[in-house]
Amino acid sequence: MKQQTAQKPIIQIKGLHKNYRLKDKEAIALENINLDIYSGEIFGIIGMSGAGKSTLVRCINFLEKPTAGTVIFDDRDLSTLSEKELCSARQSMGMIFQQFNLLMQRNALKNICFPMEIAGVPKADAQKRAKELLALVGLSDKATAYPAQLSGGQKQRIAIARALATNPKVLLCDEATSALDPTTTRSILSLLKDINQRLGITIIIITHEMSVIEEICQRVAIIADHEIAEVGKVEDIFTKPQAAATKKLVYPESKKTQSFERGQYLRIVFDGSTSFEPIIANMIIDLKESVNIIFADTKNIDGRAFGQTVIQMPDDKRAVARIVAYLRNKNLTVEEVCGNDIQ
Amino acid sequence: MIFSEKMMQLLGMGIVESLYMTLVSAAVAYILGLPLGLILVATDKDGIKPMPRFNSILGIMVNILRSIPFLILAIFISPLTKAIAGKSYGSTAMIVPLVVSAFPYIARLVESSIKEVDRGVIEAAQSMGASTKQIIMKVLLPEAVPSLLVGATIATTTILGYSAMAGFIGGGGLGAICINYGYSRYEDDVMTVTVILLVIVMQLLQEIGMRIANKSNKR
Repeated sequence: MKQQTAQKPIIQIKGLHKNYRLKDKEAIALENINLDIYSGEIFGIIGMSGAGKSTLVRCINFLEKPTAGTVIFDDRDLSTLSEKELCSARQSMGMIFQQFNLLMQRNALKNICFPMEIAGVPKADAQKRAKELLALVGLSDKATAYPAQLSGGQKQRIAIARALATNPKVLLCDEATSALDPTTTRSILSLLKDINQRLGITIIIITHEMSVIEEICQRVAIIADHEIAEVGKVEDIFTKPQAAATKKLVYPESKKTQSFERGQYLRIVFDGSTSFEPIIANMIIDLKESVNIIFADTKNIDGRAFGQTVIQMPDDKRAVARIVAYLRNKNLTVEEVCGNDIQ
Repeated sequence: MIFSEKMMQLLGMGIVESLYMTLVSAAVAYILGLPLGLILVATDKDGIKPMPRFNSILGIMVNILRSIPFLILAIFISPLTKAIAGKSYGSTAMIVPLVVSAFPYIARLVESSIKEVDRGVIEAAQSMGASTKQIIMKVLLPEAVPSLLVGATIATTTILGYSAMAGFIGGGGLGAICINYGYSRYEDDVMTVTVILLVIVMQLLQEIGMRIANKSNKR
């Protein structure tokens, strides 16, 4: 992603608006969306439910026609294309869904052949390619299984293979892991990462889960109240969230922590640059200051620490300064937050 | 209860004629009803080719045809029957009113089967660049096959019932035997046997239809 700035975006969303006509009034779904998505990146779009992210992803392949503005995909302005040209443009954009949306009356292999049938690929070639794709997603033994016989994770793998069948340049993922358990989610995400690296395909991920973004995205856009609240690199967004909507997504849920009312809190971000050691315990021993852990969500990946912890600070200002200095010294990103921010 | 060989032959012919009227009528009614049902789904305001005004006009026409009871419709259209079949009585002629009465019903059955197809699957096909025709031929119809077969079973057994009623207006088959011997001549034993035969034929059609439908279901 180093040469990102020099690259031309594969998808440009320009001044996009989308309104829905309800019975007597117009409802706004998206307002003035501008985004550039570069070739080869994994780009996340995150927002709470109802923020408009699913509408946005459907505007990218024009399943929903924008009310105003346009999408430029691979140098083609989608709003100027005829219905037929749009169909062929869509063959360069694969899409996967939360509910997988496989054809229930077709087996796995024939599901993968489906987009190739639409594109007019000769049957023998389609079968050959479908078998390769089954191998790519690790389900060669499930060629003749019907979707009803597969688990959620397997269905999503078939859906991914199907989305890749026509060699698309972009893969759109609409809440692709939201119906899956955490372990399966991780395996699907690592498959997507693998596909991104091996095939160089651009991936756009729509989700409401920050953990999905952290896990595989390079850049992220936060969408709130039908607008883009913030766009940037995932590590920047995660360590220094600016917009209120971003903070809400990045900071731990206030529901888990009843005691978030008044006082000084410190948010410690583990971005993988430190090893997985008992830093807070050590700090308490070294500084002889007691802190209250309000929230902790850290994980050990290859011996390095990822995640975040929120601690309640002592009232003593000097103690706070020492704690902050101690943690910064350990190469951790710390940020003072107040109760209101977190709620 | 001893039947003459002649009566046995008559009953045998009755079964054959009933099946002939029912199956041919069902097949022809599907040729008309299946596309009509598809058009009703596709042009619905939430369909893949929304044409709401056309859709409601079509819906009203289907409802009008459906609201006329079979016997009355058959009598009402007997000039049409005569024009198409050359005469207005007999098994072959009865196919005309049976088809006219069954195809709007079939269109509604098809409509409800097709509407069961998951919207997400249709959206997936659209995301792959499928045309309206491809969505109908490769998604809507194949995905709805089990439900369509259940509908076809219901339609066929309903047509069998209508075909028996057609006995009153000069149709053939088991219904005609029932009416001509059992009703007009008070031959209760013939009536009883014919009713039993009708029940058996109905059961067989139902059973065969449901078995095929279940077998086709991969869900």
